[in-house]
Amino acid sequence: MSAPTGPAAKTERLLNLVLVLLYTRRPLTKARIRQMVPQYASAPTDEAFDRTFERDKDELRELGIPLVTEEVSAGWDDDQGYRIDQREYALPDLTFERDELAVLGLASRAWAQASLGSAAAQALRKLRAADVERDEESLIGIEPRLRTTEPSFDALKDAALRRVPVTFEYRRPDSDDTMTRQVQPWRVLLWHGRWYLTGFDLDRQAPRVFRLSRIAGSVRTAGRPGSFEVPADHDPHLMVSRSTTPTQHSPAILRVRSGRGHLLRRRARSVGEVDDQWSLVDIDYSDVDEFAGEVAAHGADVVVEQPHDLRQAVIARLRAALGEGSTAGEGEAR
Amino acid sequence: MSRPPAPENALSRLSRLLTMVPWLVNRQGIELESAAAGLGITVEQLESDLELLFVCGYGQFPDELIDADWEGGRVFLRNADTIARPLRLGMDEAVALIVGLRALLAVPGLGERDAVERALAKLEAAAGSVGEAASRVDVRLSDDVDEDLLARARGAAERHERVRLHYLVPGRDESTERDVDPLRVVTMDGRWYLEGWCHRAEAMRMFRLDRIEAMDVTGERGDLPPDARPRDLGDGIFQPAEDDLLVTMRLARSARWIPDYYPVEATRDLGEGRCEVDLRTADTEWLVRLALRLGGEVSVVGPPELAVAVREAAGAALAAYPPR
Repeated sequence: MSAPTGPAAKTERLLNLVLVLLYTRRPLTKARIRQMVPQYASAPTDEAFDRTFERDKDELRELGIPLVTEEVSAGWDDDQGYRIDQREYALPDLTFERDELAVLGLASRAWAQASLGSAAAQALRKLRAADVERDEESLIGIEPRLRTTEPSFDALKDAALRRVPVTFEYRRPDSDDTMTRQVQPWRVLLWHGRWYLTGFDLDRQAPRVFRLSRIAGSVRTAGRPGSFEVPADHDPHLMVSRSTTPTQHSPAILRVRSGRGHLLRRRARSVGEVDDQWSLVDIDYSDVDEFAGEVAAHGADVVVEQPHDLRQAVIARLRAALGEGSTAGEGEAR
Repeated sequence: MSRPPAPENALSRLSRLLTMVPWLVNRQGIELESAAAGLGITVEQLESDLELLFVCGYGQFPDELIDADWEGGRVFLRNADTIARPLRLGMDEAVALIVGLRALLAVPGLGERDAVERALAKLEAAAGSVGEAASRVDVRLSDDVDEDLLARARGAAERHERVRLHYLVPGRDESTERDVDPLRVVTMDGRWYLEGWCHRAEAMRMFRLDRIEAMDVTGERGDLPPDARPRDLGDGIFQPAEDDLLVTMRLARSARWIPDYYPVEATRDLGEGRCEVDLRTADTEWLVRLALRLGGEVSVVGPPELAVAVREAAGAALAAYPPR
C-alpha cells in the first residue's frame, strides 16, 4: 500500500510502533513487537531489525515520547520489554478561558516568522485540540512579531536550554577576522530588536556578551547537557545594556535648514533660529561615525559647525558618496 | 527574511500526525478545506496524511486499524482512541509559548495582563522543568515606547476610530498630516508600529510610533475598506511593490546588514566581503539619503539617474564646507 522505504514508510513504521506500545498494558518483548509492527516483520535479518528498532526507540524518545524499558517474565527466562505509559504520554487536561486562549494565540503568532514558528503553532494546536469553538481572531489589537534571521539562533537556543557548552567563530565588528570562542551559554536574549548571547567565556574566564549577528559559521557543542550552572544572580539585561549603551556623549552644533532635520530637532537640547532659512541645533551624540552618517543623510540641509572631528567625518562620508576618496574604502575593512 | 521551510522528515511528520489526530477526533465531520486551514497544511498534504493514518493501527486486523474517511469532503476519524490525546508539549513547543507569554507581560499597559498570568501559570505547571529552562530564552519587546500613545493607538484600533496623525517621514525629512483608520499595533525588530489604512496614500501603511508627533481621534468611524488586508509580516516591515524602481547597489562588508533589513531581490557576492544587491523601492529620496549616510560603504550602480542624484546631493552638501 505504500513504499517500503523512504520517509513515508518510516513515519508509518514509527506510528505503528507508537500505537502498539501505547495500546499494550504489559511491556512487549522485542520479538513480539517485531511480529506486531508489519514494517519490522519484513526486516531481512535479525541484525537489520535490531538496528532499526534501536534507532526508532531513540528517535521516539527524542520526540518526547516516554518509551520505557521494563523487565518481563516470560516464564522460563527474563527479557526486556517495552511500552509507553498513556498517562506519561498525554498532555494533562488543561482548560483555558477564552481570554487565556486569545493571549496564547498571540504568544504563538509572535513566532510565526521565526525559528520556533512551527513548534509554537503545534503547541497551540495541542492546547486547543479539544477546544472546538471556532478559532477567533484576537481582539487585543497588538501583534508582537519576533524574527530570528541569525543562522546561529537555533543551535544557541538548544545549547542554552540544555546547558551545553559551545564553541563558535566570532567576528570583530566590520572585519573579516574571527576568533574561536568557547562559551557556556547562559541566556539567549532579544533586546531592542537584536539577539544576544550572554555566557561564561572559558578563554577569558569571565562573563561576556555576544551578538548573534557576528557569529560566523556553525555553532558546535562542546560538552554534555547540564554540564554547568547559570549563576542565580545573572542579569542578562544589565550585561547587554552595559555592553551596548554608549556611556560618552559629546556635544555638537549643527546648522539646519528651516523646515528640515525633523528628527535632529526632536532630539536637540536646544534649537535657535539664525534667520528665516537656518536654525542652530545643539545636540548630543555618542558615536562619531554613526552620527556623521545621520548628518550626511540630510545632504545640504544640515551642516556641522562643531566639533572638528565630526565635521571631518561628515566631509569624508560625503566625498565618498561623491566617489572621491573613501571612508570605508569600497570593501576595505575599517 | 523568511526562509523556505525545510522538507519535512519522518519524525516531524510523525509529531505532526500525533497532534493532528486529537484535533480531528474532536472535530468529526469537519470539511476537508477547513481542516487543512486549521492544521496549517494543504488539502493534498492532509489527504496524504489521512491515507497514511488509514493503514496504521495497534494491530493489523481491520478493527485494530485507524479508520479515516474523507470521501464526502468531510473528515471522520474513528478507532483512534490510542492517540486521541495530544502528546505532551515538547521542549521547543513549551518554550515558544512560555517565552511569548512572558514577553507579553512586559508590554506597557497591557490590559490582558491578568489573562497572560493565568495562562502562563497553567502552562508552567504542565511543562514542569521546561518552564525553568525556558527562562534561558528571553525576549524583551522594546519598552522605550510612549506608553500613553501606545495605549491610545491600541484603543483606536480596537474601537475602529479614525485618527489624525502628525507623522515624520525621515526618508524624506517631512512632517506630514494624514487620516488613518487603525487596524492594529505591531511590534517588530525592537520598534512599535501602528498599522492602518492611510487616506493620504489610499493604502495600508505602517507608522512608527516614535515618529508620530501627535495623534488625535477625529470622532469619525475608522472602518477599513473591505479589501484592505493587514501586511504579511513575513519579510519584515519594508515591502516593495513589483512596479517599484529596481535599484542596484554595491555594499562594503560593513553594510552587509542591509539585506537583513530591506528585502533585496538578489545578492551577488563580489568577494572580500563585498556584494551587489538589487532592491525595489518607490522612494528614491530615501535611497539617496541611505547612500549619503553610508557614503563609501554603499554605492549606487544603477539606474544611472539615481547614481547621479547621489553624487549631486553629495556635491551640494560639500559646498557648505569650504576647502581649507
